[in-house]
Amino acid sequence: MGRLRVATVWMGGCSGCHMSFLDMDEFLIDLADLADVVYSPVADPKEYPENVDLCLVEGAVANDEHVELAHTIRERTKIVVAFGDCAVTGNVTAMRNPLGAVEPILQRIYVEAATIHGRIPFEKGIVPELLDRVAPLHEIIPVDAFLPGCPPPAPRIRKMLEKIVAGEPAVLEGDDLKPG
Amino acid sequence: MAVKTLTIDDKPVSAREDQTILEAAREAGIGIPTLCQLSGVANLGACRLCLVEVAGVPKLLPACVTLVQEGMQVFTNTERLREYRKMIVELLFAERNHVCAVCVANGHCELQNLAIAVGMDHVRYSYRFPKLEVDTTHEKFGIDHNRCVLCARCVRVCDEIEGAHTWDIAGRGAKSHIISDMNVPWGSATSCTSCGKCVQACPTGAIFKLGATVAEQIKDRTRLDFIVTAREKKQWVG
Repeated sequence: MGRLRVATVWMGGCSGCHMSFLDMDEFLIDLADLADVVYSPVADPKEYPENVDLCLVEGAVANDEHVELAHTIRERTKIVVAFGDCAVTGNVTAMRNPLGAVEPILQRIYVEAATIHGRIPFEKGIVPELLDRVAPLHEIIPVDAFLPGCPPPAPRIRKMLEKIVAGEPAVLEGDDLKPG
Repeated sequence: MAVKTLTIDDKPVSAREDQTILEAAREAGIGIPTLCQLSGVANLGACRLCLVEVAGVPKLLPACVTLVQEGMQVFTNTERLREYRKMIVELLFAERNHVCAVCVANGHCELQNLAIAVGMDHVRYSYRFPKLEVDTTHEKFGIDHNRCVLCARCVRVCDEIEGAHTWDIAGRGAKSHIISDMNVPWGSATSCTSCGKCVQACPTGAIFKLGATVAEQIKDRTRLDFIVTAREKKQWVG
């Protein structure tokens, strides 16, 4: 295998999974010998590129931009990993779902709960529109591997990456499946 | 009392005739996953995690409420059972709003431990995201229905050990939910003695001490064991 083309994506999450990725410390140097980061919140490219070998997707699918990007990722990527609890289960990002569709939620957060300037923000074409229902990634596109945790501990991320680099099945077991 | 001999996972086992398959298996060192089962209170067969296969019986049987029989051949860990148990745990997660990351019981939760034990890496069913209440009207404790798995442990410890019967289950099917007294807020339930047995019995973070934050609610079952042992065996130990 040549150098791996790796992407990481930040959807409806807090970036904690990316922080945990950086917590892999010196393994990142080993990883740099094997892989190029072709798209990521911590890299420059603005367009999701073609022919990506591996993509870690952090966050739940919460707005129309996420849906579009999820489909692009699936078309252009060999191995898509749901990276962290928001991508795997919806997690905290999906806690708005029981409150109903977008309108009542925006009303609740920006008007009822506001102490000043109660107003629902609306900037068409600038801020992506929220979905009525936040979804885990696998409800939107087929996902090849699941990496749970909030965030997944760095050694767990490393274990998953090592399996993928070695061409082994990207399946975790035991305590590495612990959500939360 | 008569003794029955049977096999569990091809291992010869003998058990008293009043013992369940679950009890016989545990004595033989064979682990069967459980959730609603709680030592010291009556078995209910509510969660179905302890389902086992018995040779000659087409349907699966809950080990916690099935008595041993002579010559029974029990299988506790077949491919079919493993798949059903995983389905059950996934359905429990899909049914209500279990968000481990922000739960008082994170790291000390029997549902979370079951997810690990059955190898659940994601939920294949569509989450229901029901809108459910959190009742914090009691002066010491709270109940978050989002995290309830309807195991009815709280109902049983309150009725059978404390003798108060504050808790019960109202509604049917997906609308089933735990209520206090005649469906009044917990803080207004006059039968509640504030003993806290339900807090210790609850397998998840559904019933918790007020003020507990993420991962702080550790359940202590030894208090329940102490009371049951004291009552049944007149031994004040533990």
